Amino acid sequence: MPLILTEEQAMLQEAADGFLAERAPIAHLRQLRDARDPDGLSRDLWRAFGEMGFAGVIIPEEYGGAGLGAVEAGVIAESLGRTLTPSPFMGSAVLSARVLADGGSEAQQAWLPKIAAGEAILSLAVDEGPKHAPAKIATRAERAGNGFRLNGAKAFVLDGHVADALIVVARAEEGTTLFLVDPKAAGVEIERTVMVDAHNAARVVLTDVAVDADAVIGEVGNGEALLDGALALGRACAASSLTGAGDQAFKITLEYLRTRKQFGKLIGEFQALQHRAAHLFTELELARAATLGALQALDAGRQDAALAASVAKAKAGRVAELAVQEAVQMHGGVGMTDEFDVGLFMKRVRVLNELLGDAGFHSERLAQAQGF
Amino acid sequence: MSDLEGFRAETRAWLEANCPPEARGPMGSEADMIWGGRDAVFATPGHKLWLERMGERGWTAPEWPREYGGGGLSREEAKVLASELRRIKAQPALNSFGVWMLGPALLAFGTEEQKKRFLPEIVRGEIRWCQGYSEPGAGSDLASIQTRAEDRGDHWIVNGQKIWTSYADKADWIFCLVRTDPEAPKHLGISFVLFDMRTPGVTTRPITLISGKSPFCETFFDDVRVEKENLVGTLNRGWDVAKYLLAHERTMIGAMGEVAGGRPVGQVALDAIGTDEAGRLDEPMLRARIAELEIDQAAFRLAMERVGDQVKAKQAHPAIASMLKYYGSELNKRRHELLMAAGGADALEWESERSRGGSAARDWLRTKANSIEGGTSEIQLNIIAKHLLQLPGA
Repeated sequence: MPLILTEEQAMLQEAADGFLAERAPIAHLRQLRDARDPDGLSRDLWRAFGEMGFAGVIIPEEYGGAGLGAVEAGVIAESLGRTLTPSPFMGSAVLSARVLADGGSEAQQAWLPKIAAGEAILSLAVDEGPKHAPAKIATRAERAGNGFRLNGAKAFVLDGHVADALIVVARAEEGTTLFLVDPKAAGVEIERTVMVDAHNAARVVLTDVAVDADAVIGEVGNGEALLDGALALGRACAASSLTGAGDQAFKITLEYLRTRKQFGKLIGEFQALQHRAAHLFTELELARAATLGALQALDAGRQDAALAASVAKAKAGRVAELAVQEAVQMHGGVGMTDEFDVGLFMKRVRVLNELLGDAGFHSERLAQAQGF
Repeated sequence: MSDLEGFRAETRAWLEANCPPEARGPMGSEADMIWGGRDAVFATPGHKLWLERMGERGWTAPEWPREYGGGGLSREEAKVLASELRRIKAQPALNSFGVWMLGPALLAFGTEEQKKRFLPEIVRGEIRWCQGYSEPGAGSDLASIQTRAEDRGDHWIVNGQKIWTSYADKADWIFCLVRTDPEAPKHLGISFVLFDMRTPGVTTRPITLISGKSPFCETFFDDVRVEKENLVGTLNRGWDVAKYLLAHERTMIGAMGEVAGGRPVGQVALDAIGTDEAGRLDEPMLRARIAELEIDQAAFRLAMERVGDQVKAKQAHPAIASMLKYYGSELNKRRHELLMAAGGADALEWESERSRGGSAARDWLRTKANSIEGGTSEIQLNIIAKHLLQLPGA
């Protein structure tokens, strides 16, 4: 498979870029932020995502989705990175849709058409501490009556404050288990946490939350594979968003280099800046290649796909970090102002870097896989 | 897809049967590298056999047309071949400036006669080529070369000096930039010619480098006769050929870390340093740096593949080779810095048998040329800034 987008994928990219530029440019994020919107995102926009087929991109056609793959999900995630749009796409259309499509019961899969239509918002509650560490999940699921009792605290739950259902990762006696939990159930406490990038997350505390046995997604103790599948796709898509955000910050910066004058010259004429821009261009191409490589590996069902996703997340994370540092520095004083957009990219990239494991987390995974 | 899987199965079976055991696994040293040529030296008979068999099949130049001795494979088939070669850890059957640099230029600019004459012997590794580009006064500013070719009717007489001519002392033929019009602006008076290194008037002198080795030479031309039929491309427009070839050279140098293969840095470090109780390399800071390098290497490998696919799909900018050259050479230098750190004091031995004559240290020093040869990293960044980013004044 050539490491370039197919014609259809390129058309999807054009459609997603065009749609977001029109319906949710950066001004959309600013408007939600400045109005202190209680949801922090637009449900109308999410429904429009449904109409465009974006919300159901990976959901099978029989559930009202587009039945497409990881590459297509990554294409949309990259566009979202360019416009910094707050959207339930990652939490619902990528992570939750993957889990439910792979392992959900018939009843649970009833959520899929709702996600595809942009009507429902779901979220995967995996993180607990400040760092992504799925191996250290402490939320417990104890058998009680016909079902289970959940206790624990989740953090960085994407759109958790507006979620219609939560997928909670917990430890049962038999091992990692995923539960579909109603956020309105007794014992569920949700606190919205507005993040530095004005995107949305929540803390979720579970205190003796009673769920039926049919809340289990897949099998008790067998949640690892389901979770890993969703995390791999989520990481590759997060890498796409990082690449999109980094690349867009770079494009804005290039434009500034071509127009800003100092010492009677365009600052882009200075070799000190030219070489840094050229280096960054190169790094962005590597991030793009690593990301597309991971997305294709996922679609091909390759054995090393999860590792490829780690490579992509680590690489795109570090590269996007460089891109936003350079963006602010090359803009000088105005780069520090809220009025200019580059600062927003810096904030978004910081969040995306922590999401589903930062570069250190994924480099560690690679080191372990290579046996050193 | 099933065609490709069939090709994979056939290729796998053929490689299993035809790749001699000596030509598998990490190379012991540079002496294992197969360069071919009239005076070819092989580390073992297995290495000789490996070249013959691969050359016969055209798989030393898998994507070249069959009519010129190449493998005639599609891009996707060539990827399958490369992955099957990696699978059995096969060493390259031929390292060749002919395959990497001259061949692509001949395919693009050569006459039918030149292609028929030169390409098949490149594929079979019968003729070893060297590159006459740099001169003492023309390094980064390559277009200011002074080597003169005077028109004598049916031939030229060439006088001048080249430098950094890789393996000139071992090469059979040279592809060379000469000035055919001294009055024209510097880019417009250059021609690209080919000649035999045995021609009277050609002498070479190896240059000893910091590695203690002499892969590069000074090459002198003293009234050397060059036939006009050996002009490639248009007279005085050799710079076009030169630039085209440079793109291939840059891709090659960028890929050097990959071509050389060798053992993963993590494994080298494990052998030298050992593990902690948790089974991790017992040098956490070094381990982290190696992991970062491995991420970058994996991403770079994909970037190379992607550029190859873009070239095939005619979506690539010609200057994209500068990106691969810049990143790949810097990456290879980083890799060897870490290999030295991984080896510790063992890697410092310069002469012992244990160190195979100081191969780690010598290889490390050799890589420092990667970001100089074929255009320095700074030149590559200039090219990216100008042609890919269109920055003002670049």
